[in-house]
Amino acid sequence: MTRVELHSVGKRYPARGRSGSETTAVDGVTLEVASGEIHAVIGYSGAGKSTLLRLVNGLERATSGRVIIDGEDITGYSEGQLRAVRSRIGMIFQQFNLFHSKTVAKNVEYPLAVSGTPRAERAGRVRELLEFVGLADHADFHIEQLSGGQKQRVGIARALATNPGLLLADEATSALDPDTSREVLQLLSRVNSELGITILLITHEMDVVREIAQRVTVMEGGRAVEQGEVFEVFSNPQTDTTRRFVSTALPTEPSATHLRELREKHRGKLVTLTFRDGSADQPVVFQTLADRGVGVSIVHGGITDVGGRSFGKLTLELIGEGLQVEHAIAALAQHAELEVLA
Amino acid sequence: MDRLIELLPALGQAALETLLYVGLAMLIGGVVGLVIGVLLTTTRTGGLLENKPTYWVLNVLVNFFRPIPFIILVVGLMPLARLITGTGIGDPALIFTLIFAASFGIARLVEQNLLTVPPGQIEAARAMGAGPFRIITTVLIPEGLGPLVLGYTFAFIAVVDMSAMAGAVGAGGLGDFALKYGFRQFNPWVTWSAVLLIIILVQLAQLVGNLVSRRLLRR
Repeated sequence: MTRVELHSVGKRYPARGRSGSETTAVDGVTLEVASGEIHAVIGYSGAGKSTLLRLVNGLERATSGRVIIDGEDITGYSEGQLRAVRSRIGMIFQQFNLFHSKTVAKNVEYPLAVSGTPRAERAGRVRELLEFVGLADHADFHIEQLSGGQKQRVGIARALATNPGLLLADEATSALDPDTSREVLQLLSRVNSELGITILLITHEMDVVREIAQRVTVMEGGRAVEQGEVFEVFSNPQTDTTRRFVSTALPTEPSATHLRELREKHRGKLVTLTFRDGSADQPVVFQTLADRGVGVSIVHGGITDVGGRSFGKLTLELIGEGLQVEHAIAALAQHAELEVLA
Repeated sequence: MDRLIELLPALGQAALETLLYVGLAMLIGGVVGLVIGVLLTTTRTGGLLENKPTYWVLNVLVNFFRPIPFIILVVGLMPLARLITGTGIGDPALIFTLIFAASFGIARLVEQNLLTVPPGQIEAARAMGAGPFRIITTVLIPEGLGPLVLGYTFAFIAVVDMSAMAGAVGAGGLGDFALKYGFRQFNPWVTWSAVLLIIILVQLAQLVGNLVSRRLLRR
């Protein structure tokens, strides 16, 4: 298990050519990954998350701030010193980056050869790793013979070969279809829970964060704009970026155009209720409405699992006489977070 | 035709000479070219051993020598050949110049083929803690081997072509044979039989190169 601390790290690239200007890929990001946790960094492309990930194992050097791995400040390390650090950190990639000139087993063996593991020990370790990722019978396959999901599983086996305490995942599921993507995420969960390996992953997919991460950092323009437990950040987004991500994966409020359509179809009052893990009791909500003789139909939204807790929003159409509806809304407001849309 | 039969032993001798010239040029020039090519690939901006001055010098050298026609190079390098091999003419001087030309030609071919290796694979090896030398020998070259073999096949044929100008510095080989006994003595049979041998040699080289690279690429 490895702990990662980034203290206001930055990465600036010098200007290229005469007209070029200096670019800032990462701009003063502070981030702490506790040992044993799965921490996700989410952002759109160009947000600087890929560079941020590479600062952790020194593939890119920070131009400001400090990078600390397990209490060891690696910021000023030489390339040789960084190599030793890297062999304690596994990394997987969006395009898998497997060696096509080597078989599956030889790919997994590669980091063992680099770290100087005696030849006699390697074969056993390779078998063990391939069994862990469910590819024991594919040891002598060539990379071209594997499907995308199998390739990423080989990538994971290779990244785990030297028993690292930390795994860096660079958009590990972005090149995979949804089913395969879920398989790989489950495998990563196992890596974390069974082997106790800390995982720092970057992604642009909300589903990835929702399914396996405990904590999340939202990045935009090189900066960390929001950070915290996945449930807290996504159930109560503070920035537009976060809100946009949330709306891609979580059932939330209807968009402006969708709201117009809803209004045309539904003549009653539209209200949106927010359910935050036990903050609102659904039976109470519906009982309250029934007691006041207000009819209800659900027109948008849903409830889903975020970081192991339920969260969601429901947009309801309340049907009844004006005054009855007003009373019902007032009563509901005592039980739940409520917003009147119409 | 009678003249050809008479000249058969000389033709065999010329074929052996060509094989010797081309073999040595490919062997030594191939290694030197590989080293320069790997350096060109890795010292460029963003490369494994990024080093602008080294890249600049090598790049200029390759660009300087590559466009010089071999017939001019073999004459122009005579002083250098004399310095290194002790003679400015004959087999040693020719072989020296062939190695020289092959090295720079192959360097560019190696560079072009190694640049096709996805940077992600190099990055993956770096992420595992591998050093530059290990990455070059265990990732960069093996990953680029398929196209590299085709590049060397191309170079082989170019060297066969260059070796035909051996006569300019008093060396032999099939090209010289064709000119000396065939063309200048108005004997097309002799000329074309030497040319036929060259064509067979080139065809064989291409056949083997294609087979090997296909095996490597299919894997």
